[in-house]
Amino acid sequence: MLRIVNMSKNFASQTALADVALEVKDGEFFSLLGPSGCGKTTLLRIIGGFETPSTGEIYWNDLRIDQIRPQQRPFNMVFQRYALFPHFSVFENVAFGLKVKQVAPANLRRRVQEALNLVGLWALRDRLPETLSGGQAQRVAVARAIVNEPKILLLDEPLSALDLKMREHMQTELRELQRRLGITFILVTHDQDEAMALSDRIGVMNQGRLEQVSTPRDLYERPATHFVADFVGSMGSVHGECIDSEAMRLKNGSVIRGRGQLNLTKGCAAEAFVRPEKVHIGGNKSANEIYAKVRSVAYKGLHFELQLEVSPEQIIRAFVPPETMSGGVNVGDQIQAHFSPADTFLFERPT
Amino acid sequence: MKKGLASSKERARPQAPLWAFGVLIAVLIVLYLPIIVMMVNSVLVKTDTWHFGFDWYLQIWNDEELVDALVRSLEVGLISSTVATLISGMAAIALLRSRFRWAHIVNSLSYLSLILPELVFALALLSWFFVLKIQLSLMTVIFAHVTFSLSFVLMTVNGRLATLDVSIEDAARDLGASEMTILRRVIVPAVLAALASGFLLSFLLSFDDFLITFYTSGVGSDTLPIRLYTAMKVGLNAKLSALATLMFLLTFTLIMGLTKMRGLRQILTEEGH
Repeated sequence: MLRIVNMSKNFASQTALADVALEVKDGEFFSLLGPSGCGKTTLLRIIGGFETPSTGEIYWNDLRIDQIRPQQRPFNMVFQRYALFPHFSVFENVAFGLKVKQVAPANLRRRVQEALNLVGLWALRDRLPETLSGGQAQRVAVARAIVNEPKILLLDEPLSALDLKMREHMQTELRELQRRLGITFILVTHDQDEAMALSDRIGVMNQGRLEQVSTPRDLYERPATHFVADFVGSMGSVHGECIDSEAMRLKNGSVIRGRGQLNLTKGCAAEAFVRPEKVHIGGNKSANEIYAKVRSVAYKGLHFELQLEVSPEQIIRAFVPPETMSGGVNVGDQIQAHFSPADTFLFERPT
Repeated sequence: MKKGLASSKERARPQAPLWAFGVLIAVLIVLYLPIIVMMVNSVLVKTDTWHFGFDWYLQIWNDEELVDALVRSLEVGLISSTVATLISGMAAIALLRSRFRWAHIVNSLSYLSLILPELVFALALLSWFFVLKIQLSLMTVIFAHVTFSLSFVLMTVNGRLATLDVSIEDAARDLGASEMTILRRVIVPAVLAALASGFLLSFLLSFDDFLITFYTSGVGSDTLPIRLYTAMKVGLNAKLSALATLMFLLTFTLIMGLTKMRGLRQILTEEGH
């Protein structure tokens, strides 16, 4: 188990990480998700040993490791732009770590072959990195790391340089590889679909802080902070004023109830989020009801996507099944919609 | 479909018209005719009639002073480019990794000798030797050559380093390599071609240099170009043509070797890539 305690990192006057605490279990596929500049790569580099934290400790099975050099940590990293050695062949790239550790030649060759077979590139062992495609270079970088049998594999946005099709293919490969090896993977990504598809758990980061650490499903169904609600998925939202920790009032007087936070006190600026698939057309006295102008209607196959303007700049999105659209909803119509308080998330709006 | 692709390729690279080749050949003749005349001159010997022979080359071989100058030139070239390659190679690697704020200024300053007029450079060196009361000798020539060679090696090595992903160092560290191993097995091999072209380039510049050598050499430390110059003042003859031909051939061979090397070709053709 990897345990990070009270971690912070300052670059000059900038805070890259603030008060990060995290536990990653053995054999887990863990992702650090966040927008660029949120500190996720810094955190990964600190785990790898390439940056020194300003405060805090890292423990690997109760052994404190934040003082030891990257060479001595039982982890290996797949770098963002692969960082293959340009003057070494594929074989020599993968063999590098073993050679440094002075593994006997016969043993070395067998292990390199195993690693390259695992990523399906043994046939290309004599090629130079510059002759490889992005996906192949990516696989070599993975093989070069896993050949050392790390306890944790660190991956820094490994798929961001690939095109969409290749990226989806490599996602599947990574997930399978992780299952087969049974070791911990820690992946840094800004792509939430990628994090959702691959991870056992996700840590969402924003401005150097860990906002929420949970399973993909909980992240989606139980966002813990305003940032997570705003960042994960694409929810619509309306603004209002808090009444208590579970209700807020819109400007037009109607009350929105939802799953709120304890820190909501009367009078604070609040924001209510709801997922588009949870919004229904029509009235329902026992749910949150809104009146809105239809801004746009788009047919998406499975459903119609409606943009409902509650007031300027406050848009609720709704996915409406085609059969309930039979009455016809047109742009400019004033309609009523409702959503359950159980599907509504209330947060204090950051200023 | 395939045919369409091929024809569009042809359109993208049209055949050059015949007259363009004519112009090319004319320019080459104008440029190289003097050299060709010089070469022909060096192998013509007059006894009763003109005939072909290497008599002039033999004369050079037997001229102790000229052979001494040639040896000195090679000596200066080899020592100064070795020293310059070592210093600049290390400097380029250090500057790349440096978190020192002024690293880029140091870097730009080191290109100074590329843009400084040669005469100014020679004068500066000369006054420096004068102030420090250093006797002009072969040592001062070598010192001067090292100084101007530094920039050229730095330029070639920096060009290569700029195309390297800096995280390969972290990658090597991650795989367990010590700092010394990283330098020896990762960084140096990656810039080896650039180091070699930097070395060859400075050797060429040193071997051909006249002006700076002229001002910084002392008694008995004449290099080949200086010898050639002194001899030319006395009068032109076929022996000098032979000497010049030798210098041309050596330079030409080295340049051909140099352009074959990837490091320099990259810098010359893909600057800023």
